[in-house]
Amino acid sequence: MTSPPGAASSPPEAAASGPPVLEIAGAEKSFGAVAVLRGVSLSVRRGEIHALLGENGAGKSTLMRILLGAESADRCQMKLAGEPYAPPGPGAAQRAGVVMVPQERTLCLHLTVLENVVLGLEPARAGFVRRGAAREIAERALGLVTGVGRRIPLDVRAGSLSVADQQLVEIARALAQGGAATREDGLSAKVLVLDEPTASLGQDDAARLFTRVHALKAAGLAVVLVTHFLADVRAHADRYTVLRDGTVKGEGDPKVTPPEQIVREMLGRELEAARVEPGGDARGAPHDEGVLLDVNALGGCDRPRSATFVLRRGEVLGIAGLVGSGRTELLRLIAGLDASIQGTVRVRADKGVGLLSEDRGGEGLMLSRSIAENVTLSRRGSFVSRPSALFAEGARWIAELSIKASSPAQSAGELSGGNQQKVQLARLLREDYDVLLIDEPTRGIDVASKTQVLALVRELARRGKGIVLVSSQLDELVSTCDRIAVLRRGELDAPRPASEWTEERLLLEASS
Amino acid sequence: MNLRSLLGDRRPAWLGPLVAVVVVYAVFAILTPDTFLRTQNLLTMARQTVVVAICALGMTMVIVTGGIDLSTGSLVALTTVVVARLLRSGYGPVVAVLGALAVAALVGASIGALVGRLKMMPFVVTLGAMTILRGAAKGLADEQKIDCDTKGLERLLSADITAPGLWIALTLAIGVAVLLNYTRFGRHVFAVGSNEAAARLCGIDPARVKILVYMLSSLLFGVAGVMELSTLTVGDPTDSIGLELDVIAAVVIGGASLAGGEGSVIGSVLGALLMTVIKTGAVHRGMPSWTQEIATGAIIVLAVAVDRLRHARARR
Repeated sequence: MTSPPGAASSPPEAAASGPPVLEIAGAEKSFGAVAVLRGVSLSVRRGEIHALLGENGAGKSTLMRILLGAESADRCQMKLAGEPYAPPGPGAAQRAGVVMVPQERTLCLHLTVLENVVLGLEPARAGFVRRGAAREIAERALGLVTGVGRRIPLDVRAGSLSVADQQLVEIARALAQGGAATREDGLSAKVLVLDEPTASLGQDDAARLFTRVHALKAAGLAVVLVTHFLADVRAHADRYTVLRDGTVKGEGDPKVTPPEQIVREMLGRELEAARVEPGGDARGAPHDEGVLLDVNALGGCDRPRSATFVLRRGEVLGIAGLVGSGRTELLRLIAGLDASIQGTVRVRADKGVGLLSEDRGGEGLMLSRSIAENVTLSRRGSFVSRPSALFAEGARWIAELSIKASSPAQSAGELSGGNQQKVQLARLLREDYDVLLIDEPTRGIDVASKTQVLALVRELARRGKGIVLVSSQLDELVSTCDRIAVLRRGELDAPRPASEWTEERLLLEASS
Repeated sequence: MNLRSLLGDRRPAWLGPLVAVVVVYAVFAILTPDTFLRTQNLLTMARQTVVVAICALGMTMVIVTGGIDLSTGSLVALTTVVVARLLRSGYGPVVAVLGALAVAALVGASIGALVGRLKMMPFVVTLGAMTILRGAAKGLADEQKIDCDTKGLERLLSADITAPGLWIALTLAIGVAVLLNYTRFGRHVFAVGSNEAAARLCGIDPARVKILVYMLSSLLFGVAGVMELSTLTVGDPTDSIGLELDVIAAVVIGGASLAGGEGSVIGSVLGALLMTVIKTGAVHRGMPSWTQEIATGAIIVLAVAVDRLRHARARR
């Protein structure tokens, strides 16, 4: 935790040269009448981190699924290390040395690290796992990922590791599947696809992850990085390719290309003025009346240790902090979901406090149930609840927040991330809470939805709600909030006006 | 709001079981037209389904919350014993039935409290309850059947269309269906089963919902126990061993998911009917009992397989 973020300086760019190790030419794929890929070409060199960018639905996932043999293209020519490559299935892709770490965590949390890394590859004799050989494979694969000096214990349960370490174990498993561990000199995997590897990591862990990715790149691996984080791309990628509507809309060196241009290529239009102007008098010196929340020296059983602030009507209060600083825990204490062990929360809001969870699938929504049921899920309401009224209500909110859905009966799990987020918001709005605690509202949703969600947050404040906004995206906080407070190892500093903050100062403050 | 939007874009989950019941019924009707189509046979099948169907109503609620109840058979047996003992002690039928139902509700509330408040696994709690209740039934009955004057309770499932048991079962089914689909409590039952954390986030107390669900379901098992007594006319502590498995099968055939969040009363009742039709049909055809067991088992697996396919298609 001592190294400042951004210390992941890349080694001299010598490796990324020579012929491409992976070439995809003219990839086309349609699902029914919908063309998802219309002639996409991509070439990745050995020792290169290649960022694949694009909004949700641009075709990134489909392209990667074709690359990994999970989907067959309608038309596509692929070459791996100069040889024609057309994997009939994921197994074949792995044997050829093309592996992927998916966005969602896929470790078996009840198994040990060792068991996870060799899962499906267990060397066996007469059905019995050869434990020594298995350990060797796991050690070698994990060694490639963690480097010397840092060790992840092999015999602890994967569930006991931090999220960041679990991510490294996943990469090790992918490399082992690509054959990393079956050869003495290490790497026989050729292409590693990382899908949103830092989405669930804090700044520090993300920086450390990229240090390791750079090491793998230096060892000769080609890395395809699928991500929404432009900052990561500019800091770490050697080349980028932008997909939009199934075609390549831009490529180049992200270090020299202005980010505005990349965004333009992704969106196909100028980025709307990112800064939504905060409401007038809430900013600066807020008046005394209209206090909704008075939080005093609040502490939970582990984090946060002490938080004091006042939230007024019509303002957005931002909470910045690294992952693990206790941001989510603070919101849960205020909402009364967890028990506090010290301090007080005085709620002066008649209509109560609502929480938008950062964990959409796990806690925020009933993914298998309909949009209407999700929106209307409430402790309140009359005893009778007719389905027809329910769906009418659902339809009203779909229109209100322009949620993209086929009908109110569509299940929430079928929606895109941005639309799921809107369903969550609709539920809070329907309850008409005075205070909204909003945790990571833009995680895993595309750029356009992000802008919409943040604009909605501002609009709610304008209508007189009080909002506490937690986000890892510092630019989001600076552009959306009236005041921002930094949470550092469980201690919340006094909030200061957003105009006094920049992203850099927030990061510095949070990580000091 | 038209029917289609009411049902959602997909076929309702109980459509499959309905088709299965109709098809199986038609097959047996063709094979044994002279006996199977008689009104008397229909009545017999309905009467035979009553106990399992009433239990399935409660089990549907439990399974929708993501739980399971293995104590059903034992509770039914205990209920017959309690009613019989109370009757033999000279109480009237109303008092005897209400007393037994009170016992059942108390059992359900205890199970619900352990599952809800102490967050214990429903499987383990009800596995324990299964043995405890069976033991209690045997103890209360001195390990033998209790003969008693049933004082009119035997007429509950008499062999004609006016049998009150049939109409009670039908009323309860409609009641539970309405409770699950048309009330706030019903929404909360589905919410807890689909995503407990989300329900909690929305201010719902999942423990309270579970306690109520287990209490209501045990109450329904108690009602089924009274129906059972009506056919047995004695209190039998060794009755209904393994009944819970038939009940769970009916609910699963009816489209419920053991993972919670899905299930329907109509489906479960159809599931119970389907099993009766198979059993009765096999008897009419003179098929040995092992064939009906294989058929019933195959239908359970098939029902779940069809359900998975339906889900896979819906997701695409």
